Amino acid sequence: MYKYDPIDQQIVNERVAQYRDQTRRYLAGELSDEEFRPLRLQNGLYIQRHAPMLRIAVPYGLISSKQLRKLGDIAQKYDRGYGHFSTRQNLQLNWPKLEDTPEILAELATVEMHAIQTSGNCIRNITTDQFAGIAPDEIIDPRAIAEIMRQWSTFHPEFALLPRKFKIAVSGTEKDRAIVQAHDIGLEFYKDAHGHMAIKVWVGGGLGRTPILGTVIREHLEWQHVLSYCEAVIRVYNIHGRRDNAYKARIKILVKALGIETFKQQVEEEWSHLKDGPLTITQNELDRVAKYFEPMPYKTLPAHNASFDAAVAANPAFAAWVKRCVQPHRVPGYRAVTLSLKPHGKAPGDITSEQMHVVADLADAYSFGELRSSHEQNLILADVELSDLFAVWEKARAAGLATPNIGLLTDIICCPGGDFCSLANAKSIPIAEAIQMQFDNLDYLHEIGDLELNISGCMNACGHHHVGHIGILGVDKDGSEWYQVTVGGKQGNDASIGTVIGPSFSAEEMPGVVQRLIEVYVRERHEEERFIDTVRRLGVAPFKAHVYAEKETAS
Amino acid sequence: MSQLIQLAADGTASIVADTWVRVIPPAAGEESVRKQAGKVVLFKLTGEQTFTAEQIANTQIPASGHILVPLAIWEARKAELQSRLDRGELGIVLATNETAEALQAAFADLNTLPLIAIFVERFADGRIFTLGNWLRTRFGYRNELRAIGDVLRDQLFFHKRAGFNSFLIRADRSAEDALASLNDFSQPYQGGVADVPVWRRIHRA
Ligand code: HEM
Ligand code: SF4
Repeated sequence: MYKYDPIDQQIVNERVAQYRDQTRRYLAGELSDEEFRPLRLQNGLYIQRHAPMLRIAVPYGLISSKQLRKLGDIAQKYDRGYGHFSTRQNLQLNWPKLEDTPEILAELATVEMHAIQTSGNCIRNITTDQFAGIAPDEIIDPRAIAEIMRQWSTFHPEFALLPRKFKIAVSGTEKDRAIVQAHDIGLEFYKDAHGHMAIKVWVGGGLGRTPILGTVIREHLEWQHVLSYCEAVIRVYNIHGRRDNAYKARIKILVKALGIETFKQQVEEEWSHLKDGPLTITQNELDRVAKYFEPMPYKTLPAHNASFDAAVAANPAFAAWVKRCVQPHRVPGYRAVTLSLKPHGKAPGDITSEQMHVVADLADAYSFGELRSSHEQNLILADVELSDLFAVWEKARAAGLATPNIGLLTDIICCPGGDFCSLANAKSIPIAEAIQMQFDNLDYLHEIGDLELNISGCMNACGHHHVGHIGILGVDKDGSEWYQVTVGGKQGNDASIGTVIGPSFSAEEMPGVVQRLIEVYVRERHEEERFIDTVRRLGVAPFKAHVYAEKETAS
Repeated sequence: MSQLIQLAADGTASIVADTWVRVIPPAAGEESVRKQAGKVVLFKLTGEQTFTAEQIANTQIPASGHILVPLAIWEARKAELQSRLDRGELGIVLATNETAEALQAAFADLNTLPLIAIFVERFADGRIFTLGNWLRTRFGYRNELRAIGDVLRDQLFFHKRAGFNSFLIRADRSAEDALASLNDFSQPYQGGVADVPVWRRIHRA
């Protein structure tokens, strides 16, 4: 993974010093709440329900064992011994003290980490596929470009106070796993007809109050121009994006208001002044950064391993785990392992300090000391040898990290909701827990198969509910908590926004509602058909009918 | 004590006396107030009119000295102000909802202006950075470019890198303290108006 050189380290150190002084001035009353707000936000610090919330950057989801150990220690020392992986691949601490945050940032800086631009109206942490570099369907490893973009966007002098937050995702695989269409800018890498690395650029996607999938603004962009092109897009947005109304301030609203053609014209006009200028990435710079992402020192291994095959045959529990939590790898004899942060009955994405240490040890022993976080809020050991899988499973299982539910109904994406977030309309974690308990039978879960269920506690959509096959949104009705259900959302190349099926439900009803949606699926599905495909084939009507018919009989 | 920080050509910063008088139009009769989530917001949209004809007509302009005049007033009252410009006594204040193109259109040569100031009503309005950048790079403006209004030390580093070379710190803050913030970071990653991205600037192993 990327390693800091003295320049990177100095920038992060200087940031710590700057923020330390800003916090001092705030606590001394020299900065008002309003003035301190964007400053702390650009350092990842929210003021939340119980305490501040600190969002620590995990650039494009890549983290070393050493860093994870440090996070575990920080969570222990300054928080309550756990952290929460978010849908933007970052780690959040829910209970730090404001006064401690400069010290936390200083500790993070010792392991080449920070909380820069994890929040605020600036370019946020850039995200990508958790299998970058190892995915069999990868066309281009996007991590070097993501790192170059991280550097370009860090303290960008022009884009520190945009109308609204700005999110960029990069994807280099055939199958999009970075949800490029749900980002302000989505960069989809491919090889063009001449075999050159090129980028399809999406713009104006985003979830939140007004969910919109992005539009292609450029089918073909040579990679050298990615910074200048993004700079042109964001400049147009900086000037013309609405600042008078936070709800209409995202770039997606501007793109819709102008129409993609007009918007594109303005961007191309702007770009004509920037193209081929100093922002053009040189081959040298790409090579320099790409060196850090060279393939790991893999052994030459046979594609099959007899002891592994025997263990799968002999041990159904191991086999179930392999089926769900072990993913293919481009190198023979290796696999990626997803450690589930979704044990039934616990908050999705939460991980304790002890678990962080266990995972770091696993990475050291079996996966070149590196890990990835996914936007589905799990952790990934990307480079495990087939012959080690059984040992990894045993250790992960002992630490509660081997629930064989990846991609299944209980692998729920869930925001912190009303338990932690002051913006929430409703709780979300207890809903996730109740659904996990309802579907605690693993055989049944496997029988249901691939299904994504996403929960957000309010329309900010931190839990990506719009793109869940089943989406649950907390809503406020006369001061009490209700849940609205969408069906048919999907991430990936053929992304879609789910459809609301009807009036909302109480918390107690939710496990039953999900149960009834599943019943329709099980009744109607064709062989090998996934839930989402059944929904796409039939539309939401039969699902709606069954859910509400039952509701009427019940009451 | 003056609140004006100025950068010399070699980048050294000092606090200097402000010799310019800002011409401020009277408040509008009925300022339309936008509400957002219960809060009053001051942001004008890009392209929105900055002052009404009535405000422009009623603006008092000092008879002598260096004056900093809103673009709209220059455009409407050019005849009476031309001689001031000719004597190098007139600078323009651009609001963040006004465009660099409009300023360019109003002057055959922007460099006849000794001073352009950009007024930011709320520090959170990042348009000021793009405007500064455009004036320096696209429109070739070489003279003093000043950030005024809700200017706080925590944004100075960005202002500087977006081409500003003077900063009028908000009256209730210490310009002295603000000096330090100009150098919060020693080796930024990306280029600003006066430098190139780090990988073109220095050799990184
Ligand atoms: C607990 C404190 C949190 C606060 C105060 C918060 C605040 C917000 C707000 C205000 C938005 C809406 C932005 C918009 O208008 O689009 C948002 C969106 C979002 N947040 Fe959070 N959030 C929190 C936690 C989280 C967590 C834990 C996650 C991940 C699990 C997360 C991931 C996201 C994502 C992915 C969006 C996406 C919206 C989009 O794509 O447009 N946030 N958050
Ligand atoms: S979706 Fe709403 S409730 Fe959930 S974390 Fe985001 S802002 Fe908070």
